Amino acid sequence: MTETTSQPIPSQSKRNMFQQLELDVRLLGMIGAFVILCIGFNILTDGRFLSPRNLFNLTIQTVSVAIMATGMVFVIVMRHIDLSVGGVLAVSSAVMALVQTKFLPTYLGLGFDHPLTWIIAIAIGLSIGTLIGAFQGWLVGYQSVPAFIVTLGGFLVWRNYGWLFTSGQTIGPLDKNFLVLGGVSGTMGEAMSWTIGVVAVAISLWAMVSSRRGRIQHGFPAKPAWAEGIVMGIVTCAILGFVWILNSYDIPSRKLQRMFEAKGEVMPEGLEVGYGLPISVLILIATAIVMTVVARRTRLGRYIFATGGNPDAADLSGINTRLLTVKVFAIMGFLCALSAVVASARLQNHTNDIGTLDELRVIAAAVIGGTALAGGAGTIYGAILGALVMQSLQSGMAMVGVDAPLQNIVVGSVLVFAVWLDIQYRKRLGAKI
Amino acid sequence: MMASEIKTAQQRRIDGDTPLVELKDICVSFGGIHAVDHVSVDLHPGEVVGLLGHNGAGKSTLIKVLSGAYQMDSGEIRINGNKAEIHNPRDARSYNVETIYQTLALADNLDAASNLFLGRELITPVGLVDDAAMEAECRKIMGGLNPNFSKFAEPVSALSGGQRQSVAIARAVYFNAKILIMDEPTAALGPQETQMVAELIQKLKAQGIGIFLIDHDVHAVMELCDRASVMKNGQLVGTVNIDEVTDDDLLSMIILGKVPNQAVA
Repeated sequence: MTETTSQPIPSQSKRNMFQQLELDVRLLGMIGAFVILCIGFNILTDGRFLSPRNLFNLTIQTVSVAIMATGMVFVIVMRHIDLSVGGVLAVSSAVMALVQTKFLPTYLGLGFDHPLTWIIAIAIGLSIGTLIGAFQGWLVGYQSVPAFIVTLGGFLVWRNYGWLFTSGQTIGPLDKNFLVLGGVSGTMGEAMSWTIGVVAVAISLWAMVSSRRGRIQHGFPAKPAWAEGIVMGIVTCAILGFVWILNSYDIPSRKLQRMFEAKGEVMPEGLEVGYGLPISVLILIATAIVMTVVARRTRLGRYIFATGGNPDAADLSGINTRLLTVKVFAIMGFLCALSAVVASARLQNHTNDIGTLDELRVIAAAVIGGTALAGGAGTIYGAILGALVMQSLQSGMAMVGVDAPLQNIVVGSVLVFAVWLDIQYRKRLGAKI
Repeated sequence: MMASEIKTAQQRRIDGDTPLVELKDICVSFGGIHAVDHVSVDLHPGEVVGLLGHNGAGKSTLIKVLSGAYQMDSGEIRINGNKAEIHNPRDARSYNVETIYQTLALADNLDAASNLFLGRELITPVGLVDDAAMEAECRKIMGGLNPNFSKFAEPVSALSGGQRQSVAIARAVYFNAKILIMDEPTAALGPQETQMVAELIQKLKAQGIGIFLIDHDVHAVMELCDRASVMKNGQLVGTVNIDEVTDDDLLSMIILGKVPNQAVA
């Protein structure tokens, strides 16, 4: 070791307040860009962009791409790519639509809207997505066909299987219980949403406290208590603010009236009921939590990142990288099918073009969210934020009335610009790219 | 010439004790090229055996058979006299064979503790990775190996060559290696760091660990090893006792493939 006898330990006082918070600078940058974007669009649309109604819709529209983007993080971290996610989504959606509208009600005689229908349909859909993913992963991992080629083939193959199965027809309307998973038709209501929000705050604070206690117990450096307090405050505000926004989008009174009439009751005068948290958003949040835990706290996640950082090192450490590839693509396939549930339920039927171009949106979301195509680096929350930024750009421009070709030009440029910015940032940190 | 451990390793050989490792008649070929051609070497506890040769002489290939990275076409591996089946790095680990690679087999994007435990993570009762426990263990072992080491939270890409090497060595030491393979462990290091590795090798020898040291550098081998096996064009030129040969003898073995006749071990 070079003899720097008394290594200058960066004293706490020298670091500024900002550093002591130990916040992820890249995350802050992305949130900053997102906030600027929102405010800009809000000004251009005379306040319509940040209206509860638009924010509610934005959230719902983001879910499908965001779910898949969390899986794409793993794929890209492993130095692979998946171009087939839109196709896998389409074929899973087609199969689920056929199961719930033809197979179960007619051939098995369960009738329409049977309480088991949606569960069986989803189970079949998720299995198919997972199997397709595992098969592609096997081709990549065990047969050494490059992921780009396997999934480029899958891009053509899977969507058109969906087309074959449905003879190109739009299948619908879908099962009533199934539609609940799509967004507007399934929300938790105001009281339940607040409850969920409070529970979420409690769990996050508990997690932060126990992780801090763990560090102190082992005698590792921990951030100062006030910094921890500020981060906790931010988290609390973010969760409750999110619930508040979704709660303040009221169900249109005519729709509310119909709901009361359906129950045979009369709507009280002047009643206002908010939508609250959509179930599809809860699915996304659950996915994000599970995927984050997998990435950070399981061997599977550790091996995915190790393999992305140095495949040879992972191999020599006794990690079965081939099987790992199969697992990662299987997870991706599963998430495509989960997205298919949300997407087809939101659209209320299965159409041939469901999920078209999603592969590009999903990859863009992951990459904007800081996932490096060179492998080894990426975060789940970044990918979700990336999906949100992409969706905001797109719907914001649509609201402003930007021409369609110009919309795509902007989205494409933003993608490249975001990655360029990220590379500059990493260069400044002196990291290898 | 040096401490008594060397003699015991020598004594063991003279007494005909069972070697720790025997690689017998190993052949490996890649598409018709005989990278390793009927080579036999052995290693006793507490002994350092140098493997010398030009680039492409087959020394790394030979040793990768033992570490499980390559499969041999024919031959036999014996560990403590028993036939060993090594088909992959996991098998090798189960025989307490640990390898420190020339190309530093570390995942650059992970921190020191994650690399130390890669493939053998400590887990909590729930089955999650126990980062705190691993960091604590890592701090403990690094404190012994390299007291200046302080960058526990950063990815190892932020470390110097010597610090990275000490992470790789820590991995071998922590998991009770009996047989240690070092593939040019000092190639990427400065003089002080090289000295640190040399001291470490003496420490490990004293614990009865057998070490295969692959190196280009004749001087390093003369200094660190008890015996040297020289390879050329995939074949074994010969194995000699280091204290019976000179630098020049070793060089002529490497370059010309000639064995100094009085020094065969």
